[in-house]
Amino acid sequence: MAYHFDFSWIPDYSGVILKGLAITVELTVVGGLVGLTLGTFCAWGRALGPNWLKPIVGAYVELIRNTPFMIQLFFIFFGLPSIGVHMNELLAANIAMVINLGAYSAEIIRAGIQATPRGQFEAGASLAMSPIQTFRHVILFPSLQRIWPALSSQVIIVMLGSAVVSQIAAEDLTFASNFIQSRTFRAFEAYLLTTVVYLALAVLLRAAMRGIGVIIFPRRRRA
Amino acid sequence: MSLIEITEVRKAFGDNEVLKGINLDVQPGEVIAIIGKSGSGKSTLLRCINGLETINAGSIAVAGAQLLPDELHLRALRLKVGMIFQQFNLFPHLTVGGNVMVSQTVVKKTGKAEAETMARKMLDRVGLGHKFDAYPDELSGGQQQRVAIARALAMEPIALLCDEITSALDPELVQEVLAVVRELAAEGMTLIMVTHEMKFARDVCSRVVFMHQGRVHEIGPPEEVFSNPQTAELKQFLGML
Ligand SMILES: Nc1ncnc2c1ncn2[C@@H]1O[C@H](COP(=O)(O)OP(=O)(O)OP(=O)(O)O)[C@@H](O)[C@H]1O
Ligand SMILES: [Mg+2]
Repeated sequence: MAYHFDFSWIPDYSGVILKGLAITVELTVVGGLVGLTLGTFCAWGRALGPNWLKPIVGAYVELIRNTPFMIQLFFIFFGLPSIGVHMNELLAANIAMVINLGAYSAEIIRAGIQATPRGQFEAGASLAMSPIQTFRHVILFPSLQRIWPALSSQVIIVMLGSAVVSQIAAEDLTFASNFIQSRTFRAFEAYLLTTVVYLALAVLLRAAMRGIGVIIFPRRRRA
Repeated sequence: MSLIEITEVRKAFGDNEVLKGINLDVQPGEVIAIIGKSGSGKSTLLRCINGLETINAGSIAVAGAQLLPDELHLRALRLKVGMIFQQFNLFPHLTVGGNVMVSQTVVKKTGKAEAETMARKMLDRVGLGHKFDAYPDELSGGQQQRVAIARALAMEPIALLCDEITSALDPELVQEVLAVVRELAAEGMTLIMVTHEMKFARDVCSRVVFMHQGRVHEIGPPEEVFSNPQTAELKQFLGML
């Protein structure tokens, strides 16, 4: 049962593959940037925010962390139109990514904030900084630095999880491979190629996160 | 007029009353040493003066302005009164210069160039001008504490609170920090310091406060307090009983 590999279809479908790649990258970059920003706000809100805000953020974070990503995506794309909120599949995919990473990263960043020695808050306060100024200029960067490896892994998990958006016909990398195998019947080759591309993306993303860490944390943390 | 007026201040943590009616008036330019056993409330008193703890009763006024526990009053107070901690509490992600500049630019909205000039001046004052670009973890404990002093001074406070600022230091580093404090005292800075350095207190301070069980148990010029203690508790503390 010798299997004949056939990659001859690649030139014909290179456009589809590149478009899929571009959409996966876009989802990851936008989801990463906006999601981590949202996560930072939520981490602040849950750890240090006003008392009325804590349960609101807590409810959001727990709702997202305790339900499947695919259901969140379906809810946004198929559910919301019933109450008059319509959007195209790409916007729905972006929103789902942001909301998902926002919740997971909030918990990771909160752990970093809560590991801050009390003296850092007091030093900020004694220099007449407001609590928000202290958070922004004193607490935030060392907190992010503490959990940067975990945060990087979470971004990669969300990038890989973005494959699910093909289920609402957002034309990402997974959508492209489904499309190709349905046309060429070359399932093995199509998914092999996709696997390699995801793997390469993950490796690149990890390197990128490490590079960003080196730039925004000029001081290496001592154990 | 007194610079700092502490009147009948009480502070409790739950059922544990730590300050039981403290009265203390500090004149401009005075250097006050607070001594006393562990747990007598020395740190708590300093933290109340800087608003890091809210008092349960009594009043604290700095330069005539009452200390009220809302954000606006607290920040106005902290602009006048700086605090230096036992553990230095430098910001690890900022350089030495950054540590001294950050509160100026963030709180006072000072321009960067002006803040840097001030930072260099204050670092020179504590003998660390050459460490401007170093990070805190590259410095010795004594150097870190001097940076913390420069950082507080850069806000141009009218008084400084020092809570055992040499207690976390190796013995050979204590003197370099005390030398800086001695200089500040000579320049007329108002200082309230909790200290175990009795010789320093005797040499530099205008008055010594002995705290015992949440009260000012004895107070007076160092010669009197150290040479002629009135109460058994102070005698015991000084090792004279
Ligand atoms: N945040 C807090 N919560 C509860 N109790 C506290 C708190 N801070 C201080 N205390 C209590 O208040 C008392 C006085 O503490 P404080 O730190 O003022 O003593 P101190 O004179 O500075 O002692 P030391 O010489 O050990 O520093 C102690 O019994 C301590 O347990
Ligand atoms: Mg103490």
